Amino acid sequence: MSTETAAETLDVKGQNCPMPVIKTKGAFDDLPVGETLEIVSTDSGSMSDIGGWAESTEGAELVDQQEATEGGQDVYKHYVRKTE
Amino acid sequence: MSTDTPASPPDDLDPEAVADLQARIEALETEVSDLQSEVDDSGSQKMVIIATKGTLDMAYPPLILASTAAAFGYDVTLFHTFWGLEILHEENSKNLQLSSVGNPNMPVPNAIAALPGMDRMTTRMMRNKIDDNDVASIEELIETSLASGVELQACQMTIDLLGYDEDDFYDGVTTGVGAASAFQDMVDADIQLLV
Repeated sequence: MSTETAAETLDVKGQNCPMPVIKTKGAFDDLPVGETLEIVSTDSGSMSDIGGWAESTEGAELVDQQEATEGGQDVYKHYVRKTE
Repeated sequence: MSTDTPASPPDDLDPEAVADLQARIEALETEVSDLQSEVDDSGSQKMVIIATKGTLDMAYPPLILASTAAAFGYDVTLFHTFWGLEILHEENSKNLQLSSVGNPNMPVPNAIAALPGMDRMTTRMMRNKIDDNDVASIEELIETSLASGVELQACQMTIDLLGYDEDDFYDGVTTGVGAASAFQDMVDADIQLLV
């Protein structure tokens, strides 16, 4: 899955636990069914947190997680699809 | 072959016993459907945290867990009592302190930590660390919790005991609640924590 297929992008760079998960939940609630949400975070804990959140949230499917370096900063990207 | 119940019972059965059985089946069916709707009604899971501490470090865990549990779809009640009230006190919450005395994790010996102004200094160090690490402020976590539907409660007995007024607390904080309502919430909850 690439970024082009994500309907919405949530930028939570510069925010630490628990904000990425909480903001993800908020953005996911507004997402239409069938669409994918991209979450961009600088919190390394978000890999486990957002993965765990998607796993225990009905209608949320973790499509992909990626680590990248952008502008000398570690960035964690998550793709969550709304299935129902 | 059909497994449907025949419209009329065979002749060799006592009609009264059959009617009796049918009545019992109906009663059981009603009971099962009542129980089913009860299970459906209590669909979402619940967590209750009792927050009793009012230092900067102890203010974080209840708020972080509460807002996170809400993101997981939990109904969350955060019941604040004793020094936990400081977290909900709009003015005091911005001034929560870290105690340097009796805290072996602080980089100063107790004899020095007890000197005047030391708590203020260690608190300032901690606040700088909080800012540097992009950790949310207590105020931000309270607003996030309220926006996520977390029920923030302030124990009425300790509000009176500590001489606070209902208006001292953030908008959206529930006052006028006591141990009984906290207990009832705990009985219904899947997770209960005392912090």
